Amino acid sequence: MRIVYSLIIEAAQIAVVLAVAPAFVGWVRMLKCRAQGRASAGILQPYRDLRRLFYKDVVLAGNASWIFRSAPYVAFGATVLAGAIIPVISTDLPLGLTADVIALVAVFAIARFFTALAGMDIGTAFGGMGSSREMMVASLAEPAMLMSVFTISLVAGSTTLSEMVRVITSGQFVFRPSMALALMAFVLIGIAETGRIPVDNPATHLELTMIHEAMVLEYSGRHLALIEWAGMIKLFLFASLGVALFVPWGIGGPHEVFMVPVAVVSLAIKLGIVGVCLVLVETRLAKMRIFQVPEFLGVAFILATLGMLSFFMLE
Amino acid sequence: MKDQSILKDALVAAFGDAAASVRVEGARPSIAAMFCVPVARFAEAGKVMKACDARLAAEWAVDETVFGGGFGIMALYGKGVELLLIECAVPHEAPVFPSLTGNYLAAWRFERQMRSLMGVESAGHPDARPWIKHEDWPPEAYPLRKAFDAKTRLARVQGEYKWVRAEGEGVYEIAVGPVHAGIIEPGHFRFQAVGEDIINLEERLGYVHKGIEKRFESMTWAAASRLAGRVSGDTTVAHATGYCTALEAAAGCEVPARAAWLRALLLERERIANHVGDIGAISNDAAFTFLLYQTAILRERLLRTNQAIFGHRLTMDIVMPGGVNADITLEAARVISGELTEFSAEFERLVAIYEETPSLEDRTCNAGVLAPPLAKEMGVVGIVARASNQPLDARVQQAYPPYDVIAPKLIRCGDGDVNARIQVRIDEVRESIRLIRAIIDGMPEGPLAVDCPAPRPGATGISVVEGWRGEIVWWVQAGPGSEINRVMVRDPSSVNWLALEQAIKGNIVPDFPLCNKSFNQSYSGNDL
Repeated sequence: MRIVYSLIIEAAQIAVVLAVAPAFVGWVRMLKCRAQGRASAGILQPYRDLRRLFYKDVVLAGNASWIFRSAPYVAFGATVLAGAIIPVISTDLPLGLTADVIALVAVFAIARFFTALAGMDIGTAFGGMGSSREMMVASLAEPAMLMSVFTISLVAGSTTLSEMVRVITSGQFVFRPSMALALMAFVLIGIAETGRIPVDNPATHLELTMIHEAMVLEYSGRHLALIEWAGMIKLFLFASLGVALFVPWGIGGPHEVFMVPVAVVSLAIKLGIVGVCLVLVETRLAKMRIFQVPEFLGVAFILATLGMLSFFMLE
Repeated sequence: MKDQSILKDALVAAFGDAAASVRVEGARPSIAAMFCVPVARFAEAGKVMKACDARLAAEWAVDETVFGGGFGIMALYGKGVELLLIECAVPHEAPVFPSLTGNYLAAWRFERQMRSLMGVESAGHPDARPWIKHEDWPPEAYPLRKAFDAKTRLARVQGEYKWVRAEGEGVYEIAVGPVHAGIIEPGHFRFQAVGEDIINLEERLGYVHKGIEKRFESMTWAAASRLAGRVSGDTTVAHATGYCTALEAAAGCEVPARAAWLRALLLERERIANHVGDIGAISNDAAFTFLLYQTAILRERLLRTNQAIFGHRLTMDIVMPGGVNADITLEAARVISGELTEFSAEFERLVAIYEETPSLEDRTCNAGVLAPPLAKEMGVVGIVARASNQPLDARVQQAYPPYDVIAPKLIRCGDGDVNARIQVRIDEVRESIRLIRAIIDGMPEGPLAVDCPAPRPGATGISVVEGWRGEIVWWVQAGPGSEINRVMVRDPSSVNWLALEQAIKGNIVPDFPLCNKSFNQSYSGNDL
C-alpha cells in the first residue's frame, strides 16, 4: 500500500510539473504585459504556443546529425526527471531517494550539455555563439548553485531534498543567516540558469544578443516544442526548488494524503508571488553586458560561500 | 557675411581662371555656388576643400547626353553655412575622373555607387566592388544612364562579392541578414570576431534598391512629389519637402509663407514621433521593454492626431510642389497645442525613468562610441553627428523659413556613444515641442499653395532639409524639354551607415543591435 501511494504521488507530481509549468510562464508573461501597460494574451498562451509547435513540421538542416535530432528528447527527459526529484507537492517521492541535490545539478547539466552540443552540431555561427555563452554561464552558475544548496544541506544535515524539506519544516522556524545568504545566492543563480533578465532575455528577436535562444535557433516543430516546454519546466522547477528549500511549509510529508490539496494551493500561492517578484525585477532592469555575467555569478558564489561560513561560525 | 564664402574664395585662390563659376540655371539664387573645374583637377579641388575643413556632403553623376555632353560629376561641399558645388565634365567614351577618396572617406561609397549605377570610373578608388547593384545584375548594365531603358528586363547573372576576411586563430565570421528576425528592412552585416570582440564589421546594403532615381525620370514634376515622399517612409515629410524645395528653386517658385510654416509643423511632428519611437526601441535592445511600449503609446497618439487632422498617420502627400494641400483650423491648432502639453508631461516622466535606470545607462554609456574627430573625418550628419559634437543642423545653418524666425537651438553632445544619441534625441524632442508651439503661435495667414511651373530647360535646383535623421540633400535638373532629367537624393543614411562600421569596432557582438538601433539609419533611403 505504501509503495502504491508513493507511486501515485510521484506520478501526480510529474503530471503537475508537466501541466502547470506553461501556466507559470503564462502568469509571468501576463504580469509582464500589465507592468508594461499593455493587454496580455492571457495565462493560457504558452499552451497554445506548444500546441501550435507540435502541429508544425520539423525542418532539419541537411547536415543535422543524431545529436541534433535527439537533443530535444534528452533535454526534455532530463528536465522532467529533475521534476521527479524535487519535492514540489510532496516529499514522498520514490525517485527523490535515488538522487540528491548533487545529482539534481548534474541532471540539469545533462540537459544543458546536449542542448549546447546540438547548438554546435549544425555549424551556424549563432548556434556556436549561443553554446559558448551558455557554457560560460553554466561553468560559473553550477559551482555557485552547489555552494548554495550545500549550505542548506549543512543546516538540514542531508543532501537529499526530501530530507532537507522534512528537517526544515519539522522544527520551529529559526532565522538563520546562512539560509538568508544562500537564498540570495540562489535567486541570482536561478535568474542566470533560467535565462531571465538581466542575464538573458527570453523574449528577444535579436540573434546577436541571445544566450539560450541562440543555441536552439535552428529548431522547429515538435523539437522546438519540447525545448520550449523543457525551458518552461526548468523555470517552474527553479521556482519550486527555491520554494522547497527556503519556504517549504505546506509541502506534504510521507503518507499525508490530506496535505496534497493544501500543498497544491500553497504551491500556487507561493509561485504566484515568485512570479510577481520575477516580473518586478525584469521590468525594472535592463539586460547586463555579457561580460558582467561572470561578476554577477561571482557575487552569487561569494554569497553562497558566506552562507556556508556563517553556518560554521554562527550556528 | 565673410564666412559664407570661405570655400569659394579658397577655390578661386587656388584655381584662378581654371575654376569657372557656373551660373546655376534656376530662377532663384541657389543656396550653393557652383564652379566647374577641369577633370584632371577634380581631386585637387577636393584637396583645397579639405584644407578649408569642409565636408563632402554628396557626390553624384549626371548623364548629360541629352544636352549633347558626356557625364557631369558633381561634388557638394559644406562648411558652416556655406555650400559649394564643384562640377567636372567627363566625356561619354572615357568616363573617368580622379577619385576623392584620398581626401574624403564619405566619397568611398558615393563613388562605388556612381560606378555601379552610372558607369563612371573613379581613378584611384581603392575598392573595385559594386555598391547597391548586386552581382546578379550584369556588371555593364548601368541603369542611371540615359541609354538604359527603365523597362529593360535583364538576365540574371552569377557573381561573387568579395568580403573583407580576417584570418587567424580563433577568428570566426558571423553573417547576419539580409532578412532579420524583427520587422525591419533588409541589410546584411558580416562580422569578423574573436570570441565576443568585433574586429571588423562590413555592411552590405542594396537589398531594397528600387530604382527610385531612375523612376523619377519618367514622371512629371508634380506627380514626382508623391514618389519623393516614399524614399523612406518614416521621413516622408522631410523628403517631400526636400524634393519640392529643390524643384521650387529650379522653377523659381516662391512658396507662400503659410505653406512653409505648415511644412515645418509637419516636419517637427515627424521628428518627435520618430525620436520618441527610437528612444523606446533602443531601450528595448537592452531588454528594457517597458520604455518601448510606453513610447509606442506616445508615438501612436501623435499619429492618430495626424490621422484626425491631416487625414494620414504619417502625413504623406501633404507637401506638394508650390506649397501644401492641407491646412489647420484654429480648432486643430488648439488640439495640437493641448496634445503637446499632455505629451510633454508624459515624455518627461519617461525620460526620468530612463535616467533613473542605471542598468540601462550602463549599457548605453560607452557603447558604440563614434569619437568626434572620426565623426568629422567621415562627414556624418544629423543626430549621429550632433551626438559626436559636430555642429551640424540644416535648420540652423540654412535657416530656411520659418526657421529664420523661430530659431531652433543647435543640440549637441560630446560623448558619441549610444547614450549621447539618446540624449540628443531627448533634447531635440523638447526643442521640437517648443518649435511647434512657436509655429502655431506665429503661423502667418495666406494661401496654401501657388502654381509651381516647370523649370526652364537645363535649370537645376538644390535643397537641404533637416529631416529627423539629419541633413537630406536633393538636386533636380530639368531636361531640354523641361522634363525631369535627373533627380539625386542623398539621405543621411548614405553617409552615416559607413560610420556605424567604425563605431562598432572594439565593441562586443551582443552590443551591436543596441549600437545599430542608436544610429537607426534607413535602408530604403540608402538603397534608393
